[in-house]
Amino acid sequence: MLKKEEKLVFELSVPGRSTNLLPKCDVDEAEITDMIPDDFLREDETCLPELSEVDVVRHFTHLSQKNYGVDSGFYPLGSCTMKYNPKINEEVSKLDGFLKVHPYQLEETVQGCLELLYKTDKFLSEITGMDGFSLQPAAGAHGEMAGLMIIKAFHEKNGDNKRTKIIVPDSAHGTNPASAATVGFDVVEVKSDERGGIDIDALKELMSEEIAGLMLTNPNTLGLFDENIDLIAKIVHDAGGLLYYDGANANAIMGISRPGDMGFDVVHLNLHKTFSTPHGGGGPGSGPVGVKKQLVPFLPKPVVEYDNGKYYFDYDRPLSIGRVKSFYGNFSVIVKAYAYIRTLGADGLRKVSEAAVLNANYIKEKLKEYFHLPYDRTCMHEVVFSGQWQKEYGVSTLDIAKRLLDFGYHPPTIYFPLIVKEAFMVEPTETESKETLDEFINVMIKIAGEAENEPEMLLNAPQNTPVLRLDEARAARKPVLKYERGL
Amino acid sequence: MSYIPTTDEQQQKMLADIGVNSIDELFADIPESVKLKTGLNIPKAMSELELTAHMQEMAGKNINLDKYTCFLGAGAYDHFIPSVVTNLLSRQEFYTAYTPYQPEISQGTLQAIFEYQTMICSLTGMDVSNASLYDGATALAEAASMVCEATRRNEIIAIRSIHPESREVMSTYAKFKGMTLIECGIQDGVTDLQNLKELLNDNTAAVLVQSPNFFGAIENIKEIAEIAHENKSLLVVSCDPVSLAILKAPGDIGADIVVGEGQVLGNPVSFGGPYLGFMAAKKEFTRRMPGRIVGETVDRDGKRGYVLTLQTREQHIRREKATSNICSNQALNALAATIYLSVMGKNGLKKAAELCLQKAHYAYRKLIETNLFSPAFESPFFKEFLLIYHGDADKLNKHLLEKNIIGGFATERFYPEFKGGYLVAVTEKRTRDEIDRLVSEVVSAC
Repeated sequence: MLKKEEKLVFELSVPGRSTNLLPKCDVDEAEITDMIPDDFLREDETCLPELSEVDVVRHFTHLSQKNYGVDSGFYPLGSCTMKYNPKINEEVSKLDGFLKVHPYQLEETVQGCLELLYKTDKFLSEITGMDGFSLQPAAGAHGEMAGLMIIKAFHEKNGDNKRTKIIVPDSAHGTNPASAATVGFDVVEVKSDERGGIDIDALKELMSEEIAGLMLTNPNTLGLFDENIDLIAKIVHDAGGLLYYDGANANAIMGISRPGDMGFDVVHLNLHKTFSTPHGGGGPGSGPVGVKKQLVPFLPKPVVEYDNGKYYFDYDRPLSIGRVKSFYGNFSVIVKAYAYIRTLGADGLRKVSEAAVLNANYIKEKLKEYFHLPYDRTCMHEVVFSGQWQKEYGVSTLDIAKRLLDFGYHPPTIYFPLIVKEAFMVEPTETESKETLDEFINVMIKIAGEAENEPEMLLNAPQNTPVLRLDEARAARKPVLKYERGL
Repeated sequence: MSYIPTTDEQQQKMLADIGVNSIDELFADIPESVKLKTGLNIPKAMSELELTAHMQEMAGKNINLDKYTCFLGAGAYDHFIPSVVTNLLSRQEFYTAYTPYQPEISQGTLQAIFEYQTMICSLTGMDVSNASLYDGATALAEAASMVCEATRRNEIIAIRSIHPESREVMSTYAKFKGMTLIECGIQDGVTDLQNLKELLNDNTAAVLVQSPNFFGAIENIKEIAEIAHENKSLLVVSCDPVSLAILKAPGDIGADIVVGEGQVLGNPVSFGGPYLGFMAAKKEFTRRMPGRIVGETVDRDGKRGYVLTLQTREQHIRREKATSNICSNQALNALAATIYLSVMGKNGLKKAAELCLQKAHYAYRKLIETNLFSPAFESPFFKEFLLIYHGDADKLNKHLLEKNIIGGFATERFYPEFKGGYLVAVTEKRTRDEIDRLVSEVVSAC
């Protein structure tokens, strides 16, 4: 990785330099002030830099060299499913017939786009055991929000207005309670039992006619499958609540078990996790939301329908929660997910989950001697360790993560789930080879040794990165959120 | 196809090391009752060659803007995208990375976002920008929640000239968050100031306005700001960032929060997404902002670096008390915007804006001269304008399509009050020849 400091793009600016990319004006020109009143016009200049094309290319190339992607190396970031992003999916998503299509073109001129959306809806429904999807949500959290709106709208339609609370496990992703609050629900937390699943007695106690539903990830954030899922579904449904499936961990179950068959009523998927679309450094993602039959009328509108040889948008959906985004969702991302499903097929998808689970269990077995394993049972696609043994030598999970950087790895997710002290969550995904896993395992064992014998190696890490540990407290205390010097 | 590198033999070895006999044993925790008994009903796998042919066939069913001349806008625009943007975005270090949780190996993403935030602040005239949101519509909806929290009032006045889909998104958010959304009418294609004054009350958190608005018309932000502020309400402005190269920054004329659709900054129309929503605000709203924010700091050697900051606003720390549930940004689209703004530069963006302005006005004059249209309004406009077509707009567009032209947007679906409403967008990409061809085809269509 590039260690040399890269100036900010504004610091590279040279007055008078330009790329001059645009043609001369070829129409009869009018005075600007004849078109726009003087007092609407900008007087000051913008801060944009003055650069040549090569300046720009080098600058952003240098920035890229300070980044680490899945193509750079192993990225076992738990709950994020950092699998390989197939190049062919990138390529087909950039076909002119997908990329250069305007969302308001006449329906007869976008039949290919509509067909793709329609079929993706059907495939995702099949994979999850649901009856219909909306591809509109732009991210997992956005899908959660839409799904919870559907739950709320459903209860309201039934005149069931007392249902103002959503139950969320103490192991849940932070977005779960945040999304519930966004939609106006009160959040009630249910604790986990000693095996890492939902505490059934605690759940029973919480159920009442005020409960709108339960949000659950299964396998959960401990990487464990909740064996009581049948019972949980029964308890929630008997009390009139609905079950929401957070699909963040769906990479463990494709072709093996379906949320719809587990009793879930609403599910969101992260196409940027399970369906291999790249994360883009934080986005764009795509978080389709799927539902069981009785909830289909509540899906965001429009949805794509097919009739008489033609695909079309159906806007006439009186019970729909409405729109949650402009147009129809993050279309290019959906194209990549569609391509992924088509290249793997039913068998390929199942093999993905099998290999993902195998890889995670392999790491678990190989490392549990060296790092505390709070739940020693078969895991699914990810495994949660604790750095508490190393804590005794004065090093934390953060230090372990930073030391991994020196060995050229992206560290696992750390300090999550919250119910495990000094947690680190390893999700290898199916696209890693045994050789990669073995190397990683060896490095982790080496780090465990260093923690005991040379803890300063961890405390001073990383040394081998573009910058050393950054002062995050200072950034928050005295926020500098834009460049001002010299502008 | 398969992206799984472990061989059968290796898998057997791994199973043995784990101490189980088969992969099925690893799934023993899943009760039989919920296990899938048959395979998924998904078509069998395609090879790369088959997939390519299949996708090309599907893409071929769409007409695209490379082969057709586009005068359609209405929220998504066919602007010029420098080849540099596309080229740099394809670097794997950018597009295959996750959210920059480990700043030491994410300085590329973080510094680019810091540069993005600086550019957005400068264009909008604001103190602080976040790292971007899902799109322009959700950015406006998030701003609506923000102002309600900030003012402890729960009524929002949204002008009818805001993009109808943005108003729909806001209405969805408002319904579930307990906010009241009130619509203010329009006069001559812009805010009806009299109506606005009547609607403002003690419970009005903010006025939300778009400029240039859905009709392309430029709103009088300064006057709206004065009216809103007199009522101790805030002003949220949604704007087109390209227009800001020549129009006053909303922050300099009274806006408290500025949002907008960033697609126009180097992102293809892509059948509606992914785009990016930008959001910038005055300093006092910093800690109320949703989404990621990047800040400058130093490392242990005192070297300058960048981190995600002010995270106590966010869901992974605050859970249900977070300012929003958003835990990502449209990083790659924001990167496209940053590269676009860097390569266009100060003068290039201004030139693009001026070309849009000149060409749109040329097209406007020529179309009016045909006597087949009349102006809908007299308000000043930027790159898009509403006309009243005297014939059948759908028929016109079908005729244009046969001539390889994607015509304007027939607005009656959203604004039945303007019968024959026809919204035409003209970006810097359109040439005089193309505009003249549109005009002559419009004439031959009737």
